[in-house]
Order: sequence, then C-alpha cells, then structure tokens
Amino acid sequence: MFQRLRESKSARGTLLALPTTAWLFVLLIIPLILTLIVSFGQRSPDGNVIYTFTLNNYIRLFGYSTDCPVGQASCFEPLYLNILWRSLSLAFNTTWVVVIMAYPLAYFIARAHPKKRSLYLFMVLIPLWTNFVIRVYAWMMLLRKEGAINAIIGWLMHLLNIPFVPFEMLYTPGAVLVGMVYEFLPFMILPIYTSLEKIDNSLYEAAADLGANSLKTFLRVTLPLSMPGMVAGTILVFIPVMGTFIVSDILGGRQVILVGNLIQRQFLDARDPTFGSAVSLILMVMTLIVTYFYTRKFGFGEEIVSA
Amino acid sequence: MSPFRRSPVIIAATVFVYFFLYAPIVGLILYSFNASRTNVTFEGFIPAYSNRVVMDGSLVVSSPCGPFHWYCDLAKNDDVTEAAGNTLTIAFTATIIATVVGTMSALALQRYNFKMKPFSQLSLYIPIVIPEIVMGIGILTLFSQLFGWINQVLNLNGDARLALGMATVTVSHIAFMIPFVTLVVQARLQGFDKSYEEAAMDLGANEWTTFRRVTFPMILPGILSGALLAFTLSLDDFVITFFTNGPGSTTLPIYVYGLLRRTITPQVNALSTVWILVVFVAIFLLQIFQNRNSTQHS
Repeated sequence: MFQRLRESKSARGTLLALPTTAWLFVLLIIPLILTLIVSFGQRSPDGNVIYTFTLNNYIRLFGYSTDCPVGQASCFEPLYLNILWRSLSLAFNTTWVVVIMAYPLAYFIARAHPKKRSLYLFMVLIPLWTNFVIRVYAWMMLLRKEGAINAIIGWLMHLLNIPFVPFEMLYTPGAVLVGMVYEFLPFMILPIYTSLEKIDNSLYEAAADLGANSLKTFLRVTLPLSMPGMVAGTILVFIPVMGTFIVSDILGGRQVILVGNLIQRQFLDARDPTFGSAVSLILMVMTLIVTYFYTRKFGFGEEIVSA
Repeated sequence: MSPFRRSPVIIAATVFVYFFLYAPIVGLILYSFNASRTNVTFEGFIPAYSNRVVMDGSLVVSSPCGPFHWYCDLAKNDDVTEAAGNTLTIAFTATIIATVVGTMSALALQRYNFKMKPFSQLSLYIPIVIPEIVMGIGILTLFSQLFGWINQVLNLNGDARLALGMATVTVSHIAFMIPFVTLVVQARLQGFDKSYEEAAMDLGANEWTTFRRVTFPMILPGILSGALLAFTLSLDDFVITFFTNGPGSTTLPIYVYGLLRRTITPQVNALSTVWILVVFVAIFLLQIFQNRNSTQHS
C-alpha cells in the first residue's frame, strides 16, 4: 500500500487534498444544496420545513401575492424586489465611493519612501483589524442626534450665532452608506496599493521622456496597471456589502432593510427558513452574476489575497 | 521621479481619508471615560478617587478607579470574561486545524496532479465569491436538520440532545479559514526554488527528510502568515458565528452586538478600547517581526 502511494504521485496529491476537499464539501457545498432544496419547500405551522416542490417562495419574492384586497385573485406588490434593488444600488454606491477614497491613499503610500510605507500601511491595518461590530458602534455614537458630529457643528454655529437644529443622521440610508464605506475601505486600499507598488519607476521615467504630462502618465500608465488591484478590491467590497446585515441593522434601524436583514429575519424572527433560503439563493445568484461579468472583463487578479 | 508625488490634491485626500479612518476610533476611546452612564453625551471625565462608586442619577460622581471606572466595571463582568475565553478557544483550535489542513492542500495543489484538482481549486474560491450570510444560513440549515434527525433517530433527550455550541462554531470557522490558509501558502510555494530540494535529494536525503529539513523551513513564513490571517478572521467573525452559536458559546462580537440592541453604557467603549489596544500591540509586534525577517534575508 505504502509502496504504491510512493509511486503514484496522483494518489498522494488526492490524499493531501482530501481533508480540505471533504471539509469544504460538507460545510460549503452540502449547505448550498440544502438551501436550494429548502427553498422549494413549504413552511410548517411550527416554523419547520416540509419538503415538497413548490415555487411559492420565489413567486412571493418576485412580488406576486395571493393575499390581496377583496375582489382580486392575485396582485403585484414589489416589496421584496425593492429590497433587492436597494441592496444592489447600495453595493454599487459603496463601491464607487470606496474606490474614490482608496485610490489617492493607496497612491500616496505606493509612492512614499520605502522606509515609511510600512508605517502608512500599518495605519490602514489598525482600523481594519478593529472588530467589525465595534466599528459600526463607533459610527452610531458619531451620527446620533446628540452625537459628536451634531455637537461640533452646533458649537461652530453657536460661535457664529446661527440657530441650529441638530441633523437626524442616524437611521437614514446615508448613515448606512457611510457605515459600509467605513467598514470596507481598507479592503480596497490594500489591493490597489499592491498593484501600484509593482509599477516600475522606469515606466514613469519613460513616459516623462516621451513627453507625457502627469495627467497623461496617470491615464495611460498608472491607471491601466492598477486595474487588477481595483478589480480585486471591488470583489472584496461589493460581495460583502450585498450580504451584510449588521450595518443596516444598527445604523439604519427599521428604516433601511437590506437583503441581509430580510434573510436574517426569516431565520430568527419570522421563522420561515424556506422563504429565507429562497432569498439567500437569489442573493447568491446576483453576486455571482455581477462577479462573473466583472472578472470576465477584467480578470481575477492575485491581488485578492493581498488583503 | 513620479508624477503627482507631491501633488497637494493627493496629500489633502490622504489626510482626509486617514482622518475618516481614525475619527470614529478616537471618539470611541474618548467616550470610554465618560462620566455619563447613559453615554449619550460626553459629560466629562470621572473625577475624584474614592473608595466607593458615587452616582448622581446617571452620572458617576466619583469612583475608586477614577477615569478608568468603566474599565474596572468591565473587569468585574463575568459575561465578558466568558465571551473572551470562548473567542480565544475557538480561534486557537480552528487555526491549528485549518493551518495543517490548508497547508496540506496547498502542497497537493502546487506539487501534484490528481483527478479532484480542478474541483479542489475551485472550492477554495467559494467563501470569497459568496456572501457570508449565504454560507451562514446554509450551515445553520445543515446543522439544524442533521441534529434534528439524529436526535429523533437516537431518541436523545435533555442535555444529551445535539445542539449548536462551541463545536459547531469551531467546525464552521475552519471551513472559511482553510481557503485563506491554502491560498497564502500556495502563493509562497509558487515563488519556491526547486533546486534546493533537488540538492537535498542529490545529497541522499529521502523525500520526508527533504520536506522536513528543506521545504518546510522555507515555506514556514508563508504558513505562519496564513495561520495569522486565519486567526484574525476567526476573532473578527460575526456572521458565521451568529448563525452557528448556541447557549454557552457566545463570542465577543456576538456579545457586543447583543449589547448594542439593548442599553449601552461606556463599558462597551471600554471593551472596544481594550480590543483596539490588543490589536494595535499585536500588529505592531508582527511588523517588527516581519521587518527583522526581511532584513535578515536580504
């Protein structure tokens, strides 16, 4: 047996990869298959799953309801479609805001003196490694009516003798956007930095020798070469934003409900795992479609590991 | 010289982004010294030292710990101690298993050709391209259906019933950690010069000795950074833990989240501050360690 293993490299590879493959199969693949099966099931009165084949959960998700005003057999109410759309547009908005904020910082670090770079990177890592939940809480304290932002603006207004009514910032879509940007900003900075840092200085010199001004150099040299970083960063930001429910839960209250909140509520409050599974699968399909088209166009860089 | 290097626009944007990153953290730390128990507005630091806590409504007038009142309060909180213990137990156990398993598969994927290879490589990307909540509810469904079935078949009752707890959290953490360990170690193996191994074999070392004495020491930094990444992912994880924990397996992120939905005292800020300090020291030591390693090699 051992002799055979030694001779057959293929068998040894299989054996080495077996624990990983088995673990991921049981805890990633099987749960996904189970989610698919449950999504076609029916909720029992006590909140369990009755395994049948019905499309009711998907029909409900896409807005068709049998629970209508008197006199109508069926009606259309895009309640859940609105939630899906809201999540998708929030993920897009978060991504572009994050790119705009991350790029100059990544550029600054990449072009800084090599000895100082690790300090600047270190300063990006601290907020990233501070726990996710704690970071949302920090924004909750800043944004609320009596919080620091209103206090500072109020104090300035008071100095200028302008009457000031504190802003209602917490529990608004804006608060959720700020929270998301804050949570995921480092995931964009690191990959962009990784690809910018790889650009050889001689390329800039060549561009300058050939008479390109700084704008032209940026557009024709820097930007194209940093695309892999931006693609990796976009994947690392867009996907988690689509599924996160803590940020909207704490900064959006009951005002901003995203797909993540919808799924979480189906499993914990509404006790309807079948509908929750259907929403979860649609969420997965949406992110896979976006990622597929995005990576097919721009590639799937190694920068993804850098964060 | 590169363009834009000293561009004021870049510098202004950099300063702004750093301010954006740090202002919330500074605010969080400041409020951990808040005299107000309700923690809505900042009512100043807790002043005099005294041998007992004096309260005036929701204001702490004086405390034996002075401004550090909420830190002393935190140290006396058994729930926090328990949650911290759970968090570390899960992170350590899961990291050890995920590092061993992940390194094995990195070697397999980098060195050998085998039938399952495309499937193994592809499955590594699942946790990256699928939102965590999808994984979380999938694993929850798996455990609840499986445990329900086992409990029924074996007729288990009371404490003997299988339920969500430390084991389910640890096993699920390992699942999302393995791909990260594998990808990091694989990256290290890609830049590996095979001639060292060939030299060892030429000098009469067998494959196991070559691995133990040559390959392993050379990829060790990769393994360690993979393990460290996995460890921090576990410490930080909220979503997977949220869906797989049960009574007695509350971790710190879950505990903090629970507090945020109820009353918030500056104790939460004190806990956050301690956490940030631990992270700061850990990354600082790591940077020193890495810098020293890289200077030794070059």
